[in-house]
Amino acid sequence: MQRSSPILAITAIAVFIFLLGPLVIVAAASISNTEFLAFPPQGFSLRWFVNVFEVSAFRDTFLISLQIALLGTFLSLLIGIPAAYALSRFGFTLPKVLSNFFVLPILVPQIVFGFSLLSAISVDFDLPVFPTLLIGHTIIVLPYSIRVVGASLATFDFSAEEAAISLGCPPVKAFYTVVLPNIRGGILAAFILAFITSLNNVPVSLFLTGPGISTLPIQMLTYVENFFDPTVAALSVLLMALTVLVMAVVEKTLGLGYFVR
Amino acid sequence: MAPAERQSRNPVMNRVLPWLLVTPAILAILILLVLPLLDTISVTFIQEEGVFAGYQDFFDRRFNRGVLWRTVRIALIVTVIAVIIGFPTAYFIARAPRSWRSILIVASVFPLLTGTVVRSFAWIVILGRNGMINETLMGLGLISEPLSMLYSEGAIIVGLAYLFSPLMILSLVGVLENIDKSVVEASISLGASPTKTFWRVILPLAMPGVIVGAVLVFTGSFTSYTTPVLLGGQRNTVLATLLFREAMTEFDWASASTIAVIMMVLTISVVLIMSRIARRLNPAAA
Repeated sequence: MQRSSPILAITAIAVFIFLLGPLVIVAAASISNTEFLAFPPQGFSLRWFVNVFEVSAFRDTFLISLQIALLGTFLSLLIGIPAAYALSRFGFTLPKVLSNFFVLPILVPQIVFGFSLLSAISVDFDLPVFPTLLIGHTIIVLPYSIRVVGASLATFDFSAEEAAISLGCPPVKAFYTVVLPNIRGGILAAFILAFITSLNNVPVSLFLTGPGISTLPIQMLTYVENFFDPTVAALSVLLMALTVLVMAVVEKTLGLGYFVR
Repeated sequence: MAPAERQSRNPVMNRVLPWLLVTPAILAILILLVLPLLDTISVTFIQEEGVFAGYQDFFDRRFNRGVLWRTVRIALIVTVIAVIIGFPTAYFIARAPRSWRSILIVASVFPLLTGTVVRSFAWIVILGRNGMINETLMGLGLISEPLSMLYSEGAIIVGLAYLFSPLMILSLVGVLENIDKSVVEASISLGASPTKTFWRVILPLAMPGVIVGAVLVFTGSFTSYTTPVLLGGQRNTVLATLLFREAMTEFDWASASTIAVIMMVLTISVVLIMSRIARRLNPAAA
């Protein structure tokens, strides 16, 4: 069993074609010089890429998605890092159910959460669209912040922090100068995972978008339902390029090994 | 390090600080997730016609029962497909040389980091009227009219299998890597055929990974909205699209809440039951 059998290799190659092929096909369709989606592409044109930037709805919703993703990720780290720190350092004084409790936002179907948020917060409290969206996104990425930062803290030796404190360093300063630099990688990983999750989210945003304010994935969904031209294919290519860029950042800072874990 | 060693000089602070640090996260989830959900749940039981009237009404409608069954059926088929294509792929990755393994895992992670809209949209390009399959078949002269493959239950299944099989692969790679090679070799050298070795040795050892992957794929498919909307069209309603329609088109919030609770109860039940089974199969991992 040292070497894989040829049947296994062929199956695996077929599955990888299945996984990556459709993304290549979208990229090919984006350069088609036709008014409709076509594969193989007919002719060559970059006009659909130009069109992405000319449709103001895409520009506006991209900026909103970007703001929501950045702010939501930041807020989730702001409340997630202290929680992760407490769980790994003082885990023995806190009830065990707590780490299960923090997974709730992943356990509850997102579309159900989005609907509940709409009926409970947006309608009952008459909260505007942007803050409601921000709340929704912060909550769904919170488990990533807690768990990924927590995984990073699990390998940190707290005696280094204790040493700093016993040598007279104030505890808050010890956290910033001793703990934080050691879990930089985990925080960056949590940031990227949360950012991408928020940027791609459909089911929570679905109910929370309102007049004038929408997110990019929701806008793409609306566009695909009404138009059949390759604009969304071109936009998909741009978003995939962004994903590659993000993965390259992870590779540069944390190493490809990060994905292998 | 023993817990006692970590106690600092201030015992009060030692008891209060941990709670102080977890409080923002607890409050955020309680107020912004749990309370809204409880609100949704309570709406479904406060009905003029009786406590369970909302649920009775839901299940009385033939259409709704059809939607529920379609959603469960699609999720089950997608889960089976994900196991069938995920297992050999994960086994291949787990046995590949180290340098190859990271490339193959990145190739499995990349689709996951691409949005669901993009990945569902890809199948419109493949299955659509002027899509890849129709153009190829017509080019070969096998058909004269484009086939209508899009907007069908089959299209939803293909789209979801595409969406979620990377999750199955990643869940399996971990457990398959941990299977001791010598166990497999022992089985072969003692005369078991590769097929028998797979069924009697590898599969039982990989079962916890299969269950984790199956839970992720099933619940993901069961609650998905984007793929059914883009690939299923108007006729192939699933629970998520029905929930959206009741809430945003019909403005029937009571019905929408009932659907939301049914989705939540079924999802959480599947997670709890399956994790209990996984624990029984592998007590050490629990």
